[in-house]
Amino acid sequence: MAQATPALEIRNLHKRYGEQEILKGISLTARDGDVISILGSSGSGKSTLLRCINLLEHPHQGEILVAGEALKLKAQKNGDLIAADNRQINRLRSEIGFVFQNFNLWPHMSVLDNIIEAPRRVLGLSKAEAIEHAEALLNKVGIFERRHAYPAQLSGGQQQRAAIARTLAMKPKVILFDEPTSALDPEMVQEVLNVIRALADEGRTMLLVTHEMNFARQVSSEVVFLHQGLVEEQGSPQQVFENPTSARCKQFMSSHR
Amino acid sequence: MNWEVIIKWLPRLAQGATLTLELVAIAVVAGLIIAIPLGIARSSRRWYVRALPFSYIFFFRGTPLLVQLFLVYYGLAQFDAVRASSLWPYLRDPFWCTVLTMTLHTAAYIAEILRGALQAIPQGEIEAARALGMSRTKALIYIMLPRAARIGLPAYSNEVILMLKASALASTVTLLELTGMARTIIARTYLPVEIFFAAGVFYLLISFVLVQAFKLLERWLRVDASQGR
Repeated sequence: MAQATPALEIRNLHKRYGEQEILKGISLTARDGDVISILGSSGSGKSTLLRCINLLEHPHQGEILVAGEALKLKAQKNGDLIAADNRQINRLRSEIGFVFQNFNLWPHMSVLDNIIEAPRRVLGLSKAEAIEHAEALLNKVGIFERRHAYPAQLSGGQQQRAAIARTLAMKPKVILFDEPTSALDPEMVQEVLNVIRALADEGRTMLLVTHEMNFARQVSSEVVFLHQGLVEEQGSPQQVFENPTSARCKQFMSSHR
Repeated sequence: MNWEVIIKWLPRLAQGATLTLELVAIAVVAGLIIAIPLGIARSSRRWYVRALPFSYIFFFRGTPLLVQLFLVYYGLAQFDAVRASSLWPYLRDPFWCTVLTMTLHTAAYIAEILRGALQAIPQGEIEAARALGMSRTKALIYIMLPRAARIGLPAYSNEVILMLKASALASTVTLLELTGMARTIIARTYLPVEIFFAAGVFYLLISFVLVQAFKLLERWLRVDASQGR
């Protein structure tokens, strides 16, 4: 069987903060339509891994390939790898959606303006085109009626859904979710998970760092368990949740049931 | 209190107030324009980009406006090159000397306000812009500057009101703005209390209008609603 080019591939990624090595060589492959959940206790490097993929953090070693295209990196004096080609990183970032734990909506703009800003400035869409697309997305995440509201006027769940719509507006090939429900009140978690589930059902390629175990189990095509900067366990949800081989993973699963 | 004298001289004081307004308006608008690149450079991560605006701000914040005004008004004429230049018709004129000094002076303060505002933007909001594929420049123009404008606006309105009062120094280089006019009238009437009182009322009125205008602007830009979460 001929292997299609993976949507996202990470090879041997290392990241240090000073002396402390956070990621000690992580490799990960996401094929089209994969939903990969990344689990692990706090400090295991989950978020750092995600943030290294679009260079919000700078790795020290490793390769990142988006749809077969290698991200060009160059080393700085302190060992950080930074983008060697600004045009390339900006283009690749526009193709890799990123959803933050804290939403990071721009508070001085209405929800609609938050969503149309990047498509207009980066993709060069006209305002009318951008608004049309944004309104469809707002419908999809269920906050169309709130499009003229400002982020501060929305609940946490609505803000996160707006942030997801903002990411979708760029028509990303891969979406990275960095603990998208961790900053939410419990009663708002579900509405955001429903949106993410709908995206998974559409066949979107996604990487998801989360503490929502049940959700990860339901939507993932693959689960990765990180421990101390290394992939400790990897496989289908069934295998990782029910038959983990590593002791660490077993312990983690039993304490999060 | 001799009200008749005050009323008699009101038109002349109003004339002085007009000149005050002109000085302040030009200075704070031109100062803002100069301050934008200065403030951006001042908040750069690279020391050699920061160095020039830092020295500029250090000089203009570290010396009194009056000293700067005297240096420009009395000092520039010492140089033959200045007197020979095509700008001499402006630089010999106390109005343009004052406008120039006030502009350069306030630009330093506004640049510092802008730097503070840019650095106060939550890092996550900038990351969001970059993660969507915006270049550094696009993120600066479309996200950071509009955001910084809202953070810095209250401090900017403060600076405008400070400049209104600092414009009184223009009277020391022969300009008949509000304070200069008041002193001229006092030289004729020998009634300093009445005339300075009237001048003070003019200053109060102008700052009242400025405060209201900035209040409206803050409401229009939704400054309160966009602070924090």
